[in-house]
Amino acid sequence: MKSHSLICAALAMGCAQNTLAQSTLTSTASTFNPAISLTLDGRYVSYDNDSEYELPGFMLGGEAGRNEQGFQLGHNELSLSGNIDDMFYAKFTAAIAEHEGETEMEVEEAVIQTSGLGHGITIKAGRFYSDIGYLNNQHAHAWDFTDAPLVYSALFGNQLIDDGLQFSWIAPTDLFIRLGVETTRGERFPAGGASNDGRGAQSVFAEFGGDAGISHAWQLGFSHWRADVEDRQSGGHAHDETVTETPSFSGDSEISAIDMVWKWAPDGNKRERNLTLQGEYFTRDEDGEIKLLGSDPLESSSYQGEQKGWYLQGVYQFKPRWRIGYRHDQLQADNRGDDADVLAEAGLDDEDHTPKRATLMLDYSHSEYSRIRLQYAKDDSYEDSDSIVYLQYIVSLGAHGAHRF
Amino acid sequence: MQRLIRTGSFILLLLSGVSITAAVNASQAGSLKVFACEPEWASLVKELGGERIDAFSATSAYQDPHHIEARPSLIARLRQANLLLCTGADLEVGWLPMLLRQAGNQKVRVDQPGYFEAAAQVTRLDIPQQLDRSMGDLHAAGNPHVHLDPRRIQDIAEALLGRLIEIDPAGEAIYQQAYNDFTKRWQDAMQRWQQQAAPLKGQRIVVQHRDWLYLFDWLGIEIAGTLEPRPGLPTTAAHLQSLKKKLQQSPARMIVHAPHQSPRSAQKFARLSDLPVLELPYTVGGTADTQNLFALFDQIIASLTGPADE
Repeated sequence: MKSHSLICAALAMGCAQNTLAQSTLTSTASTFNPAISLTLDGRYVSYDNDSEYELPGFMLGGEAGRNEQGFQLGHNELSLSGNIDDMFYAKFTAAIAEHEGETEMEVEEAVIQTSGLGHGITIKAGRFYSDIGYLNNQHAHAWDFTDAPLVYSALFGNQLIDDGLQFSWIAPTDLFIRLGVETTRGERFPAGGASNDGRGAQSVFAEFGGDAGISHAWQLGFSHWRADVEDRQSGGHAHDETVTETPSFSGDSEISAIDMVWKWAPDGNKRERNLTLQGEYFTRDEDGEIKLLGSDPLESSSYQGEQKGWYLQGVYQFKPRWRIGYRHDQLQADNRGDDADVLAEAGLDDEDHTPKRATLMLDYSHSEYSRIRLQYAKDDSYEDSDSIVYLQYIVSLGAHGAHRF
Repeated sequence: MQRLIRTGSFILLLLSGVSITAAVNASQAGSLKVFACEPEWASLVKELGGERIDAFSATSAYQDPHHIEARPSLIARLRQANLLLCTGADLEVGWLPMLLRQAGNQKVRVDQPGYFEAAAQVTRLDIPQQLDRSMGDLHAAGNPHVHLDPRRIQDIAEALLGRLIEIDPAGEAIYQQAYNDFTKRWQDAMQRWQQQAAPLKGQRIVVQHRDWLYLFDWLGIEIAGTLEPRPGLPTTAAHLQSLKKKLQQSPARMIVHAPHQSPRSAQKFARLSDLPVLELPYTVGGTADTQNLFALFDQIIASLTGPADE
């Protein structure tokens, strides 16, 4: 350490710095301030046709739908997180977006979770991303494509977020096993009405995962969600200047899902090259009644729906900074009811069409904090085939992001 | 399909029941489970605990410890650990906080004795005077690659001994004896390495990334330049040209990179500068002759001093 003392003697300032380093302070994401991270997302969007967006056989809700054309802001998020004390960790994320000229701030996450229970047990409370499926609990800016898979748009309005409680447990085994249950308010799409005194939706999930040799890692998940839905409204549409009919669903809704992810990197070193394959399959059963609010006299129909959807995608980093990806989306709906016209008005007629979409993307990440992406989609999610081009940037300021699996 | 999902879930739940039972039986063997972020620390804790330690390394010699994901297998291992043993100084900032949050293991939480950061036990170099992301992937706490200085390894071993005794007092005599034994062998080896490496003093070497800083600091070698224009960023042609110019005034002896770094930049610069390239073992494991810390330094010194210039 002689050279070190010499430098110290020569540079008083460097010496002070090194004394600081000599303390046995361990580093955390922040001192006492919460970790702050701001994600900025901007896009240029181009469509081929001007038709009104629909997914035949599915009632749209949440954030499903089509963006404007041209230059626009995407999903800008401000997030604060940190340990509250030796028992709780908290995270708050606000999404700031513009809808039809108005700036809206939405609480996307406001969650506390335990860090001191041990035994692999974690309890979460507040507003959080459900652990159903694989992609659902990831922030939009962490997705490998600019938009959500079609099945997420169709079933969840892009993402299932709700207010409530989650209990999860990780088994003390070398095979990763995580089991959990959630009980939530059930007010936000695809539930509705906050039934059962604000305990309208429940879910269970089981995740398994591990490594296969040094170069491969995998995860497999099963999940199930159910809700007593009261008056879930979908986008209304005008028949003439005066009457607007808004379809509304009340009844039982159940979703089951399988997800699988497989990742490869030579010797487990992701730096140079790596490949991720992932796929998810969802099926939804609904049983209840559809009403067309605003119709006079009130039109209604019984409704039994069976809807499925899946996507399969592969993303390959072929050299540092550069990734290419392909995704295939497909949906299918089989809905029945005693009044086919009412179902058709509600968007539940599949119109003998199988919604499909093929998406290709190329992105460049200059550092861990910035990414520029070009994406092209051949969209056959409804009868009018569309070509969609996105040019997007995603950058993050502040706390170092997490490399999640 | 719904039925298939249900049947599948049921079978997997049964399977998990079986494996949990098996794991509980296995853990009754009474060993201290250590989750080491890097192989050098798994090796060090083995030196101090031998059979009493069940050490797992989250990364291998072929992986860049900056770029790891919070994989399911790592969560499962950390969930069971009694001691987390990592470099710290933000080396694992991209994945360790996430792992800790997911594992639900309060024994290894930041404030607990089960959480041990090696770099926090020693003086660090390269502490930036100024922090800005435009300067690359800087570590506010200084250069984290402390394990390549045997003097610092000795200090870390001493601190680790204290921690092992704190967590597992029943093993005190074993740990103390192993530490004394390790210290004797390590000091002898250090003398040997220093003698062997004496001719290296004052030499200048081009590195890919500043992960060799502590090794060079110990041996009196000077870093002649880095292939990365900024820490963590890939090299560029313009940067290599300017590095070449810089070296024309004060030449370097060779280019060094670690096995987990692609040799491409080094080879490119070798063509430009006519310097030889050396792939130097960076940590324990990977090759048959770097199974532990002693063998690692034997190999490093032999490679640096060897005739294998070309």
